[in-house]
Amino acid sequence: MIALANPARFSAIAEKILPWLAGATAVLFAIGLWQGFFVAPADYQQGETVRIMFIHVPSAWLSMFGWTMMSIASLGVLVWRHPLADVAAQAAAPLGAAFTLIALVTGSLWGRPMWGTWWVWDARLTSVLVLFLMYLGVMALRAALDEPSRAAKLVAILTLVGFVNIPIVKFSVDWWNTLHQGASVFRVDGPTIHPAILVPLLINALAFTLLFLTLHLLLMRTELMRRRLRGLRLRAAESGA
Amino acid sequence: MTRKGRRLVLIGVAGVVLAIAMGLVLSALNDTIVFFTGPTQVVEHPPAPGTRLRLGGLVAEGSVLREGANVRFGVTDGSKAVTVNYTGLLPDLFREKQGVVVEGTLAADGTFKADSVLAKHDESYMPKEVADALKANGTWKGPGS
Repeated sequence: MIALANPARFSAIAEKILPWLAGATAVLFAIGLWQGFFVAPADYQQGETVRIMFIHVPSAWLSMFGWTMMSIASLGVLVWRHPLADVAAQAAAPLGAAFTLIALVTGSLWGRPMWGTWWVWDARLTSVLVLFLMYLGVMALRAALDEPSRAAKLVAILTLVGFVNIPIVKFSVDWWNTLHQGASVFRVDGPTIHPAILVPLLINALAFTLLFLTLHLLLMRTELMRRRLRGLRLRAAESGA
Repeated sequence: MTRKGRRLVLIGVAGVVLAIAMGLVLSALNDTIVFFTGPTQVVEHPPAPGTRLRLGGLVAEGSVLREGANVRFGVTDGSKAVTVNYTGLLPDLFREKQGVVVEGTLAADGTFKADSVLAKHDESYMPKEVADALKANGTWKGPGS
């Protein structure tokens, strides 16, 4: 972490890693989609609809992963004043929002044939919608503040406060009765998904995670360049005046 | 203590306070957050007639009676059961021993008049062949058995 504190060094390392990360993402997606569409069997009660899970579940995991990553970065901003922490937090927000939206939309498409409704206000669905709105909230707050260092601090505080929602999203199905089913993979007594369906799911989850990391690194690099450009412009304006 | 240490402790304390506050709020709102109430609760503490509520449980075995578009079935949690009357289309997953959530009002005679029936999906996923094999050797515990 300390070695990466220098933005120039970080950019150089990111430059080297990115092609490999992007390549691994493409390969895993090819395997994951092939497995999901052609290898995984239909479920005994959902039929072919079960395949929505291969997109829905990884997206839902990443919706929580994104905010957790932003929260760790926020600690980096507030406690250690790490120069890259705010860049990491900023880059994760639109990605988290996008994956949360994918989880909400695919869940709704699954809910219509399986439950008989597009949407209900149960604890799981509502807390995920709140998570989506919070992603939009931190992006709006950052956009509304002119001074970057002030924006970084306030966004970090809001992010840490919002982290309280993450355990609620995860455990909502255990704490209250909900229409959404309980956890199928990460549960105390082991997964309740047959290996023939679980393995394709995990491959897709890995592919989605690598996609998130690739895009995150790409966005961080872009943001670093934008900040440098801004600094250069400011300096030019000062010396010109 | 270093300045970093102080900031970390401050954030930690604020986080604990926030978590406790959130816990209190959620436990106070517990009755509103739950999506449905079970048959035992409804039988023992019946709501005022005409109050809308959601009732959740398993469709009782051998209780489904169809008369045209009307359907009557029992919703049970293993100890108590409530009879539900419903007119309309049922979701694909609806069958005996399947989890359902019905929304409507409790009639004066203790039966439930539902205007919507949602199927609750459980968290087990398996290929049809595996489910058939489990049913064949008698170790099946799921719905529709």
